[in-house]
Amino acid sequence: MQTSPPTLDGASPAAAPAHHEAHPDYRVYGLVTFLVSESLMFGALFTIYLVFRGAAVAWPPEGTEVELVLPAINTLILVSSSFVIHLGDQAIKKNQVVAMRWWYLLTAVMGATFLAGQAYEYLSLGYGLTTNLFANCFYVMTGFHGLHVFVGLLMILGVLWRSRRPGHYSDHKHVGIEMAEIYWHFVDIIWVILFTLIYVLTLF
Amino acid sequence: MTPAQIPVQTLVPQGEHPPAWKWYDYFTFNIDHKVIGIQYLVLAFLSYLVGGVMALGMRAELYTPDSDFLAPAVYNALLTNHGTIMIFFWVVPAAIGGFGNFLIPLMIGARDMAFPKLNAIAFWLNPPAAILLMTSLFFGGSQSGWTAYPPLSLITASHAQSLWILSIILVGTSSILGSLNFVITIWKMRVPSMKLDEVPLFCWAMLATSILALFSTPVLAIGLTLLFFDINFGTSFFRPEAGGDVVMYQHLFWFYSHPAVYLMILPIFGIMSEVIPVHARRPIFGYKAIAYSSLAICVVGLFVWVHHMFSSGTPPWMRLFFTVSTLLVAVPTGVKIFGWVATLWGGKIRFTTAMLFAIGMLSMFVVGGLSGVTLGAPAFDLHVHDTYYIVGHFHYVLFGGSVFGLYAGIYHWFPKITGRMLNEPLGRLHFAMTFVGTHLTFLPMHELGMKGMPRRVAMYDPQFEFLNHLCTFGAILLGLSVLPLLINAIWSWSRGPKAGDNPWRALSLEWTTSSPPLVENWPVLPVVTVGPYDYGTKESS
Repeated sequence: MQTSPPTLDGASPAAAPAHHEAHPDYRVYGLVTFLVSESLMFGALFTIYLVFRGAAVAWPPEGTEVELVLPAINTLILVSSSFVIHLGDQAIKKNQVVAMRWWYLLTAVMGATFLAGQAYEYLSLGYGLTTNLFANCFYVMTGFHGLHVFVGLLMILGVLWRSRRPGHYSDHKHVGIEMAEIYWHFVDIIWVILFTLIYVLTLF
Repeated sequence: MTPAQIPVQTLVPQGEHPPAWKWYDYFTFNIDHKVIGIQYLVLAFLSYLVGGVMALGMRAELYTPDSDFLAPAVYNALLTNHGTIMIFFWVVPAAIGGFGNFLIPLMIGARDMAFPKLNAIAFWLNPPAAILLMTSLFFGGSQSGWTAYPPLSLITASHAQSLWILSIILVGTSSILGSLNFVITIWKMRVPSMKLDEVPLFCWAMLATSILALFSTPVLAIGLTLLFFDINFGTSFFRPEAGGDVVMYQHLFWFYSHPAVYLMILPIFGIMSEVIPVHARRPIFGYKAIAYSSLAICVVGLFVWVHHMFSSGTPPWMRLFFTVSTLLVAVPTGVKIFGWVATLWGGKIRFTTAMLFAIGMLSMFVVGGLSGVTLGAPAFDLHVHDTYYIVGHFHYVLFGGSVFGLYAGIYHWFPKITGRMLNEPLGRLHFAMTFVGTHLTFLPMHELGMKGMPRRVAMYDPQFEFLNHLCTFGAILLGLSVLPLLINAIWSWSRGPKAGDNPWRALSLEWTTSSPPLVENWPVLPVVTVGPYDYGTKESS
């Protein structure tokens, strides 16, 4: 956060006609506040899932067992992508735009692989959204998370698109890059909880 | 805090602004917080008129015990949409979107909100939401009340119910985006010379409101999304016959909708804390107590929702916990009430219309608040659950509280918003009609409820007829009471006497700029030299 010495009235008269954006960039604060709010959405879904699980005789019911190997590989991909995107953030802080682009491209490919893996899982499971209450929860929760992965992917692609222009991002001007990274970490953390609840807990 | 925390960067000016906005600017995607505030206020007031006509339709039906004026399905649609409109399209957008947007940057000495574009996006989610809700009426209107409990919401008017859900999710998204904007604005954008204990109490109240909205709204969004899936995509989250759970929906719904009560009253508390000291010419009593009690309401308010569900098979330990937390909310609320009364005590009270409405709000809210405390006790709550006692209670809180507070705010800030004074005699007429009308409409409902008249039904037992006549007469008076305000506002907006910068001789920052304020609020940002409530001191009498 940059600070400049305060003047007596907070702004010099020359600053008066300056437009709305005449204040430091608070977008990261805004995004974090938004994600706190978003996490309550997932919090509600997790709570519902656990209550349903506690009330059910068999969870998941026979015939709607989850697959484990593919989602585990998927988890591995998504968790590693969080480190990859962080390398991109490190790169831009050293003003290495090209390196940042490669790391972000790799993250995007990993994210797309995750989504493809999830789509393949949906197609190969043999039960659908309406089969039973577990299937309802399974598809709505993973689907809602998948939607977030998709949005994160769009943000990363947006960063890649904008960074074509030289000078758009630099070591002291990279809020957009940082926001895409924060969002991606959020999506990742949610997935770890989701994976634990839906997949790992079925083993116990 | 130290002034250094608010760095003011001098960026390159980005083009010239028009000296003032033209009328058509108010119909466009405009990022000025004042334009957005007025957009919210006007849209909300139009919704208020629509919701009011719906209420009059219901009161006309309830004039007689039989269902003779409206078909029962129409009555159900009216009661659902009356509640929905008054909550989601009138009180919340007017108080939070309208006054919040217009006043907060002016009060803290900022040129705009932290995220002006996001602010405009948040507003422009509202008109499509209103259109969706109106469209639902052409599909018969949703029948299940504003609570939309399954199974009723799953088996009646599914198209209308789906449109209703989409409408509410849009409004909720708008509310989340608006709230995060308020939080960052209040926290980060205060003018450097403003100390933390010089922030006007309206901003404290809006901070609490916004935090509450950020925590509760997403949960409602999930509940409604799952309901939407149940209606349209064959899932069974809330279908008991397939393993689902109807009470689960109630938990999700009230986890938002009880805090929603505070979303509707906390900004009003803020308005009260501004209006009362100005017109009583006394410093607010207990600034810190009032400021922190908003935050206390915000925290405790998140843990009281099950008191709406005492009759939903709630286990005893849950009843006990939520009774205690419910009664606990009365404490910070009481702190505020006593703070305002103590501010009035010994003040040089000017009975302007704004002050009349503020005092009216104080008296009515105490009635509604106390009946709320009675409802916090399960034994009594089970007796009057889903009767007119509830209807009477929440109308005292939401009409006597929120709407009176909004009226006080309108009369107080109309000169700042438009640059013209409202007509005082017409304002007094408006107050008298509203005050009498409110008591006449909602006081008899308490007795009706104690005697067992169920709410949300188009027909009732003939023994309740007399009291229902009183309610209907009161409702007609309330309907008419809007006319003096409408005439007053429309006439004064173009022909009222010029207000000047500070007609009430108030001390908060919004009164240091011109009326209506300039596009960038001030040519040079103001310097805070006196606190917002330092009335009657040497510097400012």
